Amino acid sequence: MLRFLSQFGRYVLLLKKVFSKPEKPSIYYRQTMQEMIYLGFNSIGIITIISFFMGAVITLQTAYNTENPIYPTYLIGLGCRDSIILEFSSTISALILAGKVGSNIASEIGTMRITEQIDALEMMGVNSASYLILPKIIATLLFNPVLTIISIFVGIIGGWIAGVTAGVITSEDFIYGIQYAFIPYYITYSLIKTLFFAFIITSVSAFQGYYVEGGSLEVGRASTKAVVFSSLLILLFNVILTQLLLS
Amino acid sequence: MIRVKNVDKSFNGTQVLTDISVEFEPGKTNLIIGRSGSGKTVLLKAIMGLHDVDSGEIWFEDKLFNKLDFTGKKEIRKEMGVLFQASALFDSLTVEQNVRFPLDMFTDKSPEEKTERVNFCLNRVNIINVNHLYPAELSGGMKKRVAIARAISLNPKYLFCDEPNSGLDPLSAILIDELIKELTKEFSMTTIVNTHDMNSVMENGEKIIFLSDGVKCWEGTKDEILHSDCDILNDFVFANALAKKLRLEEE
Ligand SMILES: Nc1ncnc2c1ncn2[C@@H]1O[C@H](COP(=O)(O)OP(=O)(O)O)[C@@H](O)[C@H]1O
Ligand SMILES: [Mg+2]
Repeated sequence: MLRFLSQFGRYVLLLKKVFSKPEKPSIYYRQTMQEMIYLGFNSIGIITIISFFMGAVITLQTAYNTENPIYPTYLIGLGCRDSIILEFSSTISALILAGKVGSNIASEIGTMRITEQIDALEMMGVNSASYLILPKIIATLLFNPVLTIISIFVGIIGGWIAGVTAGVITSEDFIYGIQYAFIPYYITYSLIKTLFFAFIITSVSAFQGYYVEGGSLEVGRASTKAVVFSSLLILLFNVILTQLLLS
Repeated sequence: MIRVKNVDKSFNGTQVLTDISVEFEPGKTNLIIGRSGSGKTVLLKAIMGLHDVDSGEIWFEDKLFNKLDFTGKKEIRKEMGVLFQASALFDSLTVEQNVRFPLDMFTDKSPEEKTERVNFCLNRVNIINVNHLYPAELSGGMKKRVAIARAISLNPKYLFCDEPNSGLDPLSAILIDELIKELTKEFSMTTIVNTHDMNSVMENGEKIIFLSDGVKCWEGTKDEILHSDCDILNDFVFANALAKKLRLEEE
């Protein structure tokens, strides 16, 4: 418990350093653009593929679990839409990004620590925490919502194609279903969650990398910890945010 | 002139440096020697302000460096060039961008002036035609040279090198040692080099301090080092067959 508190204290101090005033804003701008590509744009592929198949599975499962003539089939479309918006595109995508982006951030920063690149930055008068971490935080806060939106669209398309191909629902019913009783606030809710999760993934992983001591073994360990801790925090905050936002 | 006074440093209760006092003079290649784990890197980083010391003082000329804040330290760091043990070139930047980085951070020179300075520094360390390569594409010796070019790009008053020839073949190691010695004279820098390599000690050591378990056991020049009566130092010096031979020949 004491260990946890001291770790948490170090995390808060690091964030304070990250958000102190930047010395040369122009350099931050360039870094942020690069990080958008590395951390955001390069994740479009994996998010698209996973969303497509998850959408497909969700539709088929909803269909097979509601094989009862009392339910009109368009409810399958509605079910697919709501599961994707509420849980899948924010939470599951965040867990996947925690694996991909989180381990990437922790190992990149950790390697810079053990190869003394962070010391070199400090010697050149650069606030290394801010220079390395702030652009990543801004980039993921800006880009992850885009990933979530993409995920929602692709997921629903996946469900539609799977449902129609498998013959469990007609195209018209599905399209009617995904428009039926649509609550726009669900999208807001999903995007708010995405922002929290993006911050968790980036800051927790950067924290793990920034304080690595030792060699490549420790970098590997930090990268595993980054994924584990950010995933756990995502699950925890998912509950908290759902309670706060939907109750 | 850099003065270190009664510096103590510990990590989580383990004492790593004990009551170190030493002065480093300008225009000289000062060496910190000792076995690995003796505290050389920690001392060097304490001098640069990368480790906060527990007690003691670190003076750069008439400024008490270890009591300055980030901005105050930054002013003096502008005058420091550092060659880290692992070279510490930025992986994501090219050779040219690496050498340019301190110029971007500390000066308001025009892009042309910066390019000119970058090329001057790279030429000075004999690195040509690799401006657009990334550090991963260079050999160990070239990385050290590029790191030296980056270290001298701001024309520093102080040069710090942590084991500059570790991991290099003997010939490259000698060339790097010579380069550091020449640059020190050429720009009258106060240079501090960490090393455990007796070759560079005998080649470069104008002033040498010997650390053992974080304690300064001996201080002198390369001419004195073969005749000290400090046992731990002799164990260190004469672990090397060549040095043993030299002493036998003299006797
Ligand atoms: N950041 C650190 N945290 C804890 N212990 C450290 C740290 N850096 C160095 N040490 C310890 O300090 C001692 C001296 O290390 P160092 O100065 O790196 O030796 P060397 O003379 O080989 O450069 C070693 O025992 C090392 O384990
Ligand atoms: Mg060392």
